[in-house]
Amino acid sequence: MHHIPITVTVDGMTYEREVEPRALLVHFLRNDLGRVGTVIGCDTSNCGACTVLLNGRSVKSCSVLAVQADGTSITTIQGLSDGNEWHPVQTAFKECHGLQCGYCTPGMVMSAVDLLSENPNPSEAEIREGLEGNLCRCTGYHNIVRSVEMAAELMGGAK
Amino acid sequence: MTATTETPSALGRPIKRKEDARLLHGQTNWTDNIQLPGTVHMAILRSPYAHAKITKLDVSPAKNHANVVNAFGAAELGDLNGSIPCVWPVTDDIVMPAFPALAPDTVRQVGDCVAVVLATNPQSAVDALEDIVVQYEPLPVVIDMEKAIAPGATPVHADAGTNVCYVYNLGGGYEEVKAKADVVVKRRFINQRLIPAFMEPRSVVAAPMGMSDEITVWSATQIPHVLRVLLALVTGIPENNLRVVAPDVGGGFGGKLQCYREEVLVVNLARKLGRPVKWTETRSEDMLATHHGRDQIQDIEIAATKDGKLLGLNVELIANMGAYLQIITPGIPLLGMFMYPAIYKMEAYNFKCTGVFTNTTPTDAYRGAGRPEATYAIERIIDELAAELGMDPLALREKNWIKHEEFPYTTVSGLTYDTGNYEAATAKALDLFGYDELRAEQKRRRDSNEPVQLGIGISTFTEMCGLAPSRTLGALKYVAGGWEHCTIRVLPTGKVELITGTSPHGQGHETAWSQIASSILGVPVEDIEVVHSDTGRAPYGMDTYGSRSLAVGGRAIKLAAERLIEKARVIAAHQLECSPADLEFVNGVFQVKGDASKQQPLGAVAFEAFTAHNLPDGVEPTLQGEATVDPDDFSYPHGTHLAAIEVDTETGKVRVRTYVAVDDVGIQVNPMIVEGQVHGGLAQGIAQALYEGAFYDEDGQPLNATLSTYLIPAAPDLPSFITGQTVTPSTTHPLGTKGVGEAGTIASTPAIINGVVDALRHLGVTEVAMPATPMTVWKTIQAAKGGK
Amino acid sequence: MIPAAFEYTKATTVAEALAALQAGGEDAKVLGGGQSLLPVLRLRLNAPSVLVDCSGIDEISGIREEGGKVVIGAGATHHAVMNNALVKSSVPLLAQATATVADPQIRHRGTCGGSMVHADPRADLPPVALALDAEFQIAGSGGQRTVKAAEFFQGPFETSVGPDEILVSVSFPKYDGWSTHYEKFNRTAQAWSIVGVAAAVRMDGGKIAEARIGLTNVGGTPMRASAIEQALVGASSLADIEAAAARASDGLAPFADDDADEEFRLHLARVLTKRAVAAASGLK
Repeated sequence: MHHIPITVTVDGMTYEREVEPRALLVHFLRNDLGRVGTVIGCDTSNCGACTVLLNGRSVKSCSVLAVQADGTSITTIQGLSDGNEWHPVQTAFKECHGLQCGYCTPGMVMSAVDLLSENPNPSEAEIREGLEGNLCRCTGYHNIVRSVEMAAELMGGAK
Repeated sequence: MTATTETPSALGRPIKRKEDARLLHGQTNWTDNIQLPGTVHMAILRSPYAHAKITKLDVSPAKNHANVVNAFGAAELGDLNGSIPCVWPVTDDIVMPAFPALAPDTVRQVGDCVAVVLATNPQSAVDALEDIVVQYEPLPVVIDMEKAIAPGATPVHADAGTNVCYVYNLGGGYEEVKAKADVVVKRRFINQRLIPAFMEPRSVVAAPMGMSDEITVWSATQIPHVLRVLLALVTGIPENNLRVVAPDVGGGFGGKLQCYREEVLVVNLARKLGRPVKWTETRSEDMLATHHGRDQIQDIEIAATKDGKLLGLNVELIANMGAYLQIITPGIPLLGMFMYPAIYKMEAYNFKCTGVFTNTTPTDAYRGAGRPEATYAIERIIDELAAELGMDPLALREKNWIKHEEFPYTTVSGLTYDTGNYEAATAKALDLFGYDELRAEQKRRRDSNEPVQLGIGISTFTEMCGLAPSRTLGALKYVAGGWEHCTIRVLPTGKVELITGTSPHGQGHETAWSQIASSILGVPVEDIEVVHSDTGRAPYGMDTYGSRSLAVGGRAIKLAAERLIEKARVIAAHQLECSPADLEFVNGVFQVKGDASKQQPLGAVAFEAFTAHNLPDGVEPTLQGEATVDPDDFSYPHGTHLAAIEVDTETGKVRVRTYVAVDDVGIQVNPMIVEGQVHGGLAQGIAQALYEGAFYDEDGQPLNATLSTYLIPAAPDLPSFITGQTVTPSTTHPLGTKGVGEAGTIASTPAIINGVVDALRHLGVTEVAMPATPMTVWKTIQAAKGGK
Repeated sequence: MIPAAFEYTKATTVAEALAALQAGGEDAKVLGGGQSLLPVLRLRLNAPSVLVDCSGIDEISGIREEGGKVVIGAGATHHAVMNNALVKSSVPLLAQATATVADPQIRHRGTCGGSMVHADPRADLPPVALALDAEFQIAGSGGQRTVKAAEFFQGPFETSVGPDEILVSVSFPKYDGWSTHYEKFNRTAQAWSIVGVAAAVRMDGGKIAEARIGLTNVGGTPMRASAIEQALVGASSLADIEAAAARASDGLAPFADDDADEEFRLHLARVLTKRAVAAASGLK
């Protein structure tokens, strides 16, 4: 099976690699680039743990082929904060105890970032709907919802 | 120097978690992140049949596949095909079948391991599975538990000749009290099979270290310490050559309280191949191969007088073991056995449990482990008894519960509850809930026959935390003890290492344990590092499950810290040239009573203990305190949960409108973490009531063993919760704490179903099966309307 | 979790895609947004030898108005469709139903055309296409042809798009003056519809003058409920709607699964049709 050259920018760094056509974006991130902050939680597109931003929009990186990411820019949980400056969503998740085991967290945070970019001042119902593609088994979502509400405030949405 | 005044203790404060920075930045160390040079990846061929003879197995074609290092069936593995252990033979005559990691000749569940391929990359290992030649001859399948123990059923284990694993009896006297009862209510509840579905799939890496005999094992496990002992026993690797590490672990809920086939295979193959071996399950494998929970048929009967005084309880369980016995499979129902009488006073209690083999995934601990089943049954039947008596369900509970002034109280099942205040928790819950208003709305909806009916669900639960006093475990034939260990070291620079035997996987031990130690040592929380989950760095421990970490581990932390202070006091007194008795210890500083100018901070004492230039005679260098403690008793959190449930009678859809949880977990180390534990527990308990259930068809094929068909709730499926607490300190725990890991799960399932039934009782509904899906609820309403 | 190996070709025009499909033979498969296909490949439920990636074909990814119709390029993502001003104003039923498809991440990648061609009996968009008499433009080696929704869905996971063809666009007539509602019913937010009802009505003087109803997951293909559409004409109250909706199960031969047996599924068809029409019409 021949490999295909791709060029992808991940968290601000541009990589040139050759990939098998069947390689999933999440496998590429984890195995080829060592970007293991993005994790795999299922094989049916349900859990959302592997969510990253592709050209600024949330996608499940298990549901994109690495070759399809050619020429795109990817942001993962590892590229979200600006140096030592935490992203407001990260800050809010810590402040509101929006994580326990932390396994769903990379995807949950990236989905929350996407949600707030589209709707800076969401209602509780909109937050819950907006996170429907991400499963969490620890928090019962209560504090995740609080976290997104707080992040909206921190980002100046709640005006 | 000014006198030190007391600063607020870290204990009891909602301190933000230390764990979060790395978790929120993807700087994590999940087992699957570990990529060692030369690693060989394992893939597993699993049985598609629930019960079959393996008539042919040829793994050799797989070996010809590119990048494949080797392939093995049971025959090729020989002695390295270890037998998976069960450590809880609950009766003397229990049937304990052999449980080889790879099935040698017969498969007994869909997902049974048949062969493995090892390759230099994961994709080649998976590809080569397709080259293995295997043939099966299907055998009769037993799925239904009652059919499994009926005469003539095919035994899951032919050599056992029966599907009865064990029969366990406790108590007596029920028939006598039943004879004098005015009212007897009997119900059959099905406590359905659940899948733990922690978010991080299981993963294990084993690496021989250099040319020595040592092997390091990283596993996504709750029990690195117990696993080390078991792997040593199963594989024959000397225990002292095995190091087991649980790196960051993404949830467990009991599902990672296990010694799994895959762990044994990876360790044995790493030893055989002399190179690192790694295996990470897919989610679809997880749903078949990680142990399941619950799955009991509960026949329960309660006897009472006509004015609502409880007389006795009779419980007969049939508990599904699955195809094999895993680590504590047989004991799970016994963890519930003591809890059926719950918070209620009664004269007699009979319990019988029959453990049954079927051609299904083995069951074992899942969040609550036995107690959710017990609590569900008792809280459901109390509601049914109230309906039979025409009493308010809360009034019936109050009439029979142990009053706060009656503690300590020994229940009919023989447990002694140290403390509790059911009145206070209930009063607080009612206050938060608006009970009377909701009853008025319920009446209004009933009177106007609205499509959406309202029900109020009640659960006044207690549970048993803190596994466990070792002698009690011994009496129950559990092979291990229930102690816990802590070592605390103040390093020469004044920083603190707290080494615990608990093994967190989301609970926040690093933060909470720091708070306990900080409150005693006076060292800032951020200066304390909690070392855990690595038998190389934290050699002693019994790990994390059964809401035991604080209940048992917390004792060890407190005692270790106190012992450390006592040693430091002697050194400080020597330095300050006074008697140890003249010193007081405030905020991490020893000072001479009445003379604030004479002080010695703990850090300075530690440095003195490090240099050892001027220690008092007989005092050893270094400053540390150690404790290994056995709990005096279990602890008994309790609470009152109230749920307002809307049932759409046209579609059968259930909505949780309001959920109030008032929990009494005793003294709280970190209320933020406590609340988070309750939230997550509620979600899992609500999920059992409404969404989840793992089912098989008659051929033993799983009907919904993927995450797209086994429906765990997402954010839109749950409400925000209203939580409150009362604090009745445990008197058997030196910190007054009880435990909180499982409370929410245990309490919420009956609260939800009681609410669903309450919404529909006026239509003639007296029982709704779990999960209460739209079809189940709608069909139940139709049957009740039709007078069926 | 690791698909079986396949070859990959990226097409940038419809012509390139058709040529690649032809060259790939019968095991070649179109990759659109991949949100239905990749899960199938990950679980190795299917193993095509070649994937022809059509997700980068600009000529089929736009949304435009043409000849009084709203034309949705097959490659337009769900996210683009549900947020498109033209769709929201002229085919609001499609916008509303699209917003219920899967979750935000999947809607960012998944496409309207992909969902139609996948033709999952549980899918939310096919009943909308059926109710609104959408038309499907299909390109093949012999040129382009147009197929009406009523003929497009041929069975579970089966449409009139041939193995060497690709869907180019779906065009929806504009329903100015109509009001619409999509009523989705599932067990959890992530679950597929047990039954879904797409309803569009034209009101005249407080009465329903015309109605269009499509149902999902009551058979192997989406179903048009013509009997109710007739019965709804003249309805002026919820009671009238309920009476008409009682016929929602007429002519259906639904199937049983774990979520609903035949009886419950028929019952849901009636209840949800009533609710969808009530919501669309505003009648009480």
